[in-house]
Amino acid sequence: MATVPKPEDLLQVNYKVPATQWQDTPVSLKPGFWSYPSKPKSMEALGLPYPREWSPADEDWKLPDNWQEIILEGLRERLHKFRSLRIFMDICVRCGACADKCHYYIGSGDPKNMPVLRAELLRSVYRKDFTTAGKLLGRLVGARELTTDVIKEWFYYFYQCSECRRCSLYCPYGIDTAEITMIGRELLNLIGLNIDWIVSSVANCYRTGNHLGIQPHGLVDMFDFYLDDIEDLTGIRPEPTFNRKGAEVLVIVPSGDIFADPGTYNLMGILMLLHEIGLDYTWSTYASEGGNFGLFTSHEMMKRLNAKMYAEAKRLGVKWILGGECGHMWRVIHQYMDTMNGPADFLEVPVSPITGTRFEHAASTKMVHIAEFTADLIKHNKIKLDPSRNDHYKVTFHDSCNPARSMGLLDEPRYILKNVCNHFYEMPENTIRGQTFCCGSGSGLTADELMEMRMRGGLPRANAVKHVQEKYGVNLLSCICAVDSAVLPALMDYWVPGVEVAGVHELVGNALVMTGEKERESDLRGQPLPAKGEDDHV
Amino acid sequence: MAILISLLVTLVLVAVPILGVAAGAEYVLGVVLPYLAFLVFVVGFILRVVRWASSPVPFHITLTGGQQRSLSWIKGSKLDNPSTTLGVVGRMALEVLCFRSLFRNVKTELHPEGKLSYRWEKWLWLFGLALHWSLLIILIRHLRFFTEPVPFLVGWLESLDGLFRFGYQAFYITDLLIVLALTFLFLRRVVVARLKYISLSADYFPLFLLGGIATTGILMKYVSKVDIASIKELALGFATFRPVVPEGIGTIFYIHLFLVCVLMAYFPFSKLMHMGGIFLSPTRNLANNSRAVRHVNPWNYPVDVHTYEEYEDEFREKMVAAGIPVEKG
Repeated sequence: MATVPKPEDLLQVNYKVPATQWQDTPVSLKPGFWSYPSKPKSMEALGLPYPREWSPADEDWKLPDNWQEIILEGLRERLHKFRSLRIFMDICVRCGACADKCHYYIGSGDPKNMPVLRAELLRSVYRKDFTTAGKLLGRLVGARELTTDVIKEWFYYFYQCSECRRCSLYCPYGIDTAEITMIGRELLNLIGLNIDWIVSSVANCYRTGNHLGIQPHGLVDMFDFYLDDIEDLTGIRPEPTFNRKGAEVLVIVPSGDIFADPGTYNLMGILMLLHEIGLDYTWSTYASEGGNFGLFTSHEMMKRLNAKMYAEAKRLGVKWILGGECGHMWRVIHQYMDTMNGPADFLEVPVSPITGTRFEHAASTKMVHIAEFTADLIKHNKIKLDPSRNDHYKVTFHDSCNPARSMGLLDEPRYILKNVCNHFYEMPENTIRGQTFCCGSGSGLTADELMEMRMRGGLPRANAVKHVQEKYGVNLLSCICAVDSAVLPALMDYWVPGVEVAGVHELVGNALVMTGEKERESDLRGQPLPAKGEDDHV
Repeated sequence: MAILISLLVTLVLVAVPILGVAAGAEYVLGVVLPYLAFLVFVVGFILRVVRWASSPVPFHITLTGGQQRSLSWIKGSKLDNPSTTLGVVGRMALEVLCFRSLFRNVKTELHPEGKLSYRWEKWLWLFGLALHWSLLIILIRHLRFFTEPVPFLVGWLESLDGLFRFGYQAFYITDLLIVLALTFLFLRRVVVARLKYISLSADYFPLFLLGGIATTGILMKYVSKVDIASIKELALGFATFRPVVPEGIGTIFYIHLFLVCVLMAYFPFSKLMHMGGIFLSPTRNLANNSRAVRHVNPWNYPVDVHTYEEYEDEFREKMVAAGIPVEKG
């Protein structure tokens, strides 16, 4: 594994363009900038084509004999299936407005990380084989031959895009690089080129229900562990149920909340909240993953994994589904689930049994985001909160890409934060809400071997955190995403030491005054609570 | 290289009508080619849009730039995150008429000491807007040649555009704006290294072509005074399908007209189709209501899933031991 340079060295980003045109500059695959390819075992478990041992570092990628035919046929099929692809192939004017909007370009200076060029990698092939002008005039109109070098370039750069959609916000035609990357990765998958971090997670999720491959009894054990912690802390032991038929609500969170700090504190917060309000709900071991790495593989794989949510809701006979904090999970739920696996006519329009609020905006999918649910509880004064229990934190909030740009879930988490902590500060406006920056490790780009690229891609986010750290003394970066929770601590340690990372519901758990609880001495992390009045000097 | 080729092609295109007039091919230049080019434009444009439209929009991939409409007491962003058709119309109108997304543009800079800054950068938006609005107004102004009597709106727009007068000579603001805008957009591509790096011949050529059209138009109006009455005769003939080619219009007019023909014929095969494409862009023209209203994918097909039964079969004993309810006891 490549070592990551020191931050001060990484900051010396070279934005100079190469002397040769991009078409004539073959890709050089640098360690630290690519992820390990998937293991044949995981691919076989999913029935993915051409499983084999290979490495991007090798000259020969062992492509199937007719790989060109497969790619071109795959592209043809997708041009007929996706209007987005057709239009995005045809109408880019290369105005360059997207260029410096990409966190990977800002952090790496590699011109092929400009969204416009990332798309041109595919467009050039499209022009060559699917447009008359390209067939006749070739290079003159920006067309080029599909060679193994082009495929290597695709692999390198489509796995250096986190599908965050920030560039699309600034594009005058709404050209969406996420869509291009998704389809580019689908094409690569057709010839067996994918990365292990994604495919193994998908394979685990397919079989056991979650990315880490934790089996049902293991899952229950994990919960017991957190329930012990909650009991120690509050004297109250919530009694969640699993796979219980007839519950009113099925709750699904990303498995990151169940298996990895600091997401686990977020899960504790959720367990405490749902216990306190007395919601009639159940967890599922079968659908124990909110996240969906199928989104990073292909539309088909997304559908295969997502199918479990509705299937389980139907089997258990719940009325609606409550979803946890996770970015790409919500992209799938908000924009794909109902289309792919609906209609969910066996469920009811979600109604909060505590406040009576009918969530009309989720009338068809029947799935509500927990930030929407909790914001509604607070608005109706249904829970008692003591925000001073979070007084040891000066909090800022990182909008995850997907809830921000594929949903618009912006003010719900902020409303919660302002009610559960006393010290909340926004990062600069160019880095939040719709304009938010990626954590640098989204869309399956979370592997350790990719660390240098992750730190580079996370630079703009970290820079904004550093700004509020210096200005307001911010020491906690809150978020509503399990991938964020998993990767931001490393990013903070690298760029902004001294800033911790927490899910919003961890802070809810800290502030939540539970009926009959004992006096709390520490927060969910076991850190001593600030003494009353101690923060007056703040 | 890309610049040179585009420039060369444009120059050759300028030479064609000069040679044509010299060879006495005014009828071809003034009647045949315009009809052909117009036909290619209309048919090509329609075919391209039909081809786009023939691919479905399988998923609801709205790009949201503001707060969603969710809880009644949270204010949704009606234009940047529309949840209704009316909102989408508003969003699209802002996009098409005001270049809303481009207006967001900022310049990102990484300073050596490690701070990122986001600076005001609206020049691209400003000149882009100037170019497109000028083009539209100039196009409408040209309707004066194709109509008799000239519609009120055309005359009104013309007098507005020509608000500044020098003596008896009307001076059109749009003539200045379009030259400035084209110059800016060209220089930008040449001066900014990364823009030069991404630019193709297909990016320079339309600039040169439009530049040639604007230059010849301006020359005709302000310098070499062509016979407007004859040109109107020709244009009216074109519009009423009774083509005539009056004598002595002047070569410069034929250059102007020929370049316009090239533009029309080139349009449907080029990036200029962004004019039609933006209306069909699924990230912008869909309301963000995908959880409230089901979006249907016409090619949705069944896929292999790992069913609950298969799952329980594998883990039943462990589930029972952990106290998890099972279907088959």
